[in-house]
Amino acid sequence: MSEPVIHTEQLTRKFGEFTAVDAISFSVGEGEVFGFLGANGAGKTTAMKMLTGLLLPTSGKAAVAGFDVFTETESIKKNIGYMSQRFSLYDDLTARENIRFFGGIYGLSSASIQEKSKALLSSLDLLPVADSRLSDLPLGWKQKLAFSVALLHEPKIVFLDEPTGGVDPMTRRRFWDMIYEAADRGVTVFVTTHYMDEAEYCDRVSIMVNGRIAALDTPTAMKDSFGVTTMDELFIRLVRPGAGEGI
Amino acid sequence: MRVIGFLLQKEFLQIFRNKGMLPIIFIMPFIQLVILSNAATFDVRNVPFNLQDLDRTSLSERLSEQFTGSGYFQLTGESSTSPQALDVLVGRNADLVLVIPEGFEKELMRGGSAQVQLIINAEDGFSAGVIQGYTNDIITAFNRDLIPQLPGSAVGAPRQTISVRSSAWYNPELVYIDYMVPGILVVLVTLVGLFLSGMNVVREKEIGTIDQINVTPMKRYQFITGKLLPFWIIGLGELTLGLIIARFAFHVPMLGSYWLIYLVAGIYMLVVLGMGLLISTLTESQQQAMFIAWFFMVIFTLMSGLFTAIESMPHWAQNMTMANPVRHFVDIMRRVMLKGSGIREIATPLAILTADAGLMLTLAVNRYRKVSD
Amino acid sequence: MKEWSSFVGFVVKEFYHIFRDRRTAAILFGMPVIQLLLFGYAIRNEIQEVKIGIADLSRDAVSQAITDKILSSGTFVLVKNPQSHSEIQSAFRSGAMSEAVIFEPASDREIQREGSMDIQVITDGSDPNVSRIITGYTASVIRDYLSESATTVDEPKGVVPVPLMMFNPGLKSVYLFVPGLMALILMLVSALMTSISITREKESGTMEVLLVSSLKPIQIIVGKVVPYFLLSFINVVSILVIASLVFGVPCRGSVLLLMAESLLFIMTALSLGMFISTITSSQQVAMMISLGGLLLPTILLSGFIFPVASMPLPLQVISNVIPAKWYLIIVRAIMLKGAGFAVLWQETLVLAVMTVVLIGASLRNFSERLE
Repeated sequence: MSEPVIHTEQLTRKFGEFTAVDAISFSVGEGEVFGFLGANGAGKTTAMKMLTGLLLPTSGKAAVAGFDVFTETESIKKNIGYMSQRFSLYDDLTARENIRFFGGIYGLSSASIQEKSKALLSSLDLLPVADSRLSDLPLGWKQKLAFSVALLHEPKIVFLDEPTGGVDPMTRRRFWDMIYEAADRGVTVFVTTHYMDEAEYCDRVSIMVNGRIAALDTPTAMKDSFGVTTMDELFIRLVRPGAGEGI
Repeated sequence: MRVIGFLLQKEFLQIFRNKGMLPIIFIMPFIQLVILSNAATFDVRNVPFNLQDLDRTSLSERLSEQFTGSGYFQLTGESSTSPQALDVLVGRNADLVLVIPEGFEKELMRGGSAQVQLIINAEDGFSAGVIQGYTNDIITAFNRDLIPQLPGSAVGAPRQTISVRSSAWYNPELVYIDYMVPGILVVLVTLVGLFLSGMNVVREKEIGTIDQINVTPMKRYQFITGKLLPFWIIGLGELTLGLIIARFAFHVPMLGSYWLIYLVAGIYMLVVLGMGLLISTLTESQQQAMFIAWFFMVIFTLMSGLFTAIESMPHWAQNMTMANPVRHFVDIMRRVMLKGSGIREIATPLAILTADAGLMLTLAVNRYRKVSD
Repeated sequence: MKEWSSFVGFVVKEFYHIFRDRRTAAILFGMPVIQLLLFGYAIRNEIQEVKIGIADLSRDAVSQAITDKILSSGTFVLVKNPQSHSEIQSAFRSGAMSEAVIFEPASDREIQREGSMDIQVITDGSDPNVSRIITGYTASVIRDYLSESATTVDEPKGVVPVPLMMFNPGLKSVYLFVPGLMALILMLVSALMTSISITREKESGTMEVLLVSSLKPIQIIVGKVVPYFLLSFINVVSILVIASLVFGVPCRGSVLLLMAESLLFIMTALSLGMFISTITSSQQVAMMISLGGLLLPTILLSGFIFPVASMPLPLQVISNVIPAKWYLIIVRAIMLKGAGFAVLWQETLVLAVMTVVLIGASLRNFSERLE
């Protein structure tokens, strides 16, 4: 494994009495596609918010792109892209305007925004609808656009929080093609999902249960060690023992 | 600077694209200004008036003619008993009943004086006082002509008089509109500014785009500036339009300097918008934000001296209004427009507004968290 | 039967919405109380204190006596002795003074010789109302001085008016304003609450869920109004209690009638809010209309502060569509004049018709959306 770009040790976040993320430790290498799995409420989003500098951890250690999540959140932000769980572009702006806005606040030059916007719109086949509001576009297109916008400023790492929620399998497949393209260019992809079939697409996956990492390995090795044939089965095996927390 | 530029561009696009909001921001305030400025007057005119003439002599008739012919009162009916008179007042058919008792003329001619009763609806104590003042004027004038004809009047006896020559500076005709237009304009500009900025950030929280902004390296002051500036520009634009209406539709005088008004307005808008953004960053939903903004807006409006004078409040309430930015801006607008006050004469309220602006902006920038604890 | 239970379930859900967000609930019940208490004390018409300047150019017995009389009345506070018009001007401009009284030189001699003298009263006319009131105060102080010092006896007095101030002998403005505040606060809180409730469901997409359920449009509308109606009842009671216990506003008529009329008014306000929410698509617009659009018109056109009878005719006509105007007439009539339903049936009918029309229009807008 190459030099880790994300590294956590005993990272913990509590909300009052409730421990949302309980002492997780892991590393993600450069260019890796790292799957972060778990049921809803398992603590995935909380963990991701800490890594992206949106939420302060309660204790533990973590560094993203070599910067500390306690003290250097602003430096982290220059090096990452993020696509939040809720659709995160402006619905009342057009595709072109969204690209210009996010390019602009990341400090890209006007020429480079122009150029990237054209390239991006044509590669996503969005040119015909580039000037209509996003609220008029289907969800799948918007998610692809949101992903591209998250990569606009060429970050080292991109965080995707449930990027394919609510779209059909075909669109999801194409979305993963885009993730691979990004990974091929050396971008580290940190992705959360609750679709178990998507776990198979990742280089390595971790499975969170009740705020803890219950398993972490490559999909194949993980299935072998638990003696199951699909990720679905594996997941059920992991979650059952701690039943009662509700899925 | 460039980052702020992009944020500005985005905010303006969003504002102008929101078709439902545009008329509310740009038309509603001016309709209200034009219509409501006419409503605010304490003048008491055309008081409905009921006559109870139990004497029915030529003198009683002369007296009642003084009332109907005065222009203040409008005869709406006659009554003949006290319960009837009371019913008339309760039923809102009259605000004044003039009771001329039986034997009125006889008493006057014999004893030189006679009483009449004025039953006034004092629900509205202020108007009642004005009505009483009108009746005093009428009766005084009536007596002036009558007394020399009465028995026992010493003709030519020296009567000392002191005449009060009153003059009202700046507004000799006591035109109400001149006083109300600047004040109502301030409230409308505040309303739009406070509500728009109050809903803005919390709306991004609700739809989730705030996280997308927070993961960017944008600085906090850039964010607040980019959020504030569009509404600042809109606010000053609305003020300008309002001043044009004041000037050309209402002919409100402008004795002071427009530059001074804009200087104060620029600072004032920072107070309002800073407060709006502060509310917005502290709340979790647009609904909460609006309730809080509304709470302050109602207090600011009613405690601003716009409708009822600050001087008539108890002392503790007068002191409280010192913290009310609307009070200061209403005050400054009126003083500069109607009295031509210069910057030295408005130094105190201006200093308070400037301090408020500093406080609000500091709080807004500080309470806005890119990283939540 | 099944329909009924799903309706009850819906109403219960609405209650949850209101109480789960404690901050909002606190605001909804705390705000009216705080505002009524604050404004009840602060919104007055009586001028407490007039800042006066006296320029006594004659400095004799008469001017001294009148000055003493003015300053001992309790209303006037001497702030300066201006020497020139420009000094008066600058004191007006900085707001340090609102009236100046000027005694011309040798007023003493003038009144002895000619039997009359002039006193100049200059007011800051930029506030016409205050200007008029304080001129009147000053004139009446001077009148009192004259009648006390008058030497002539046994003059025939002519017609002597005996005023009788009905319903409010002390001419207290509290009696006028507290009912007005009740109308304003109930109107805004009620309209605001309901106007948001439907648009919020539209925005979050849950409205579709409601629409495909077995609930009829009328049930959805009523289900939205009922909880707020019950909650507003609490506001009505607390406001009436404060009005009577804290501000001593009498209730000379039937408390029951007052309560019933208040509930009718709340119903009108709630259906207005409902109507707003059926014609708008976003919370922002709904809130801006129910706050920005209602605040000033309700204050200005209801007769709360400014008497409707004094307004220009077109505005008097417009004021008829303001529900608060009718409620105010009703409240003042019941509380101050002890009026009964026989006197107030017309105003009550207006409010009832408004309510029915608003609910009907909301229902129509709402059902149209279904198709």
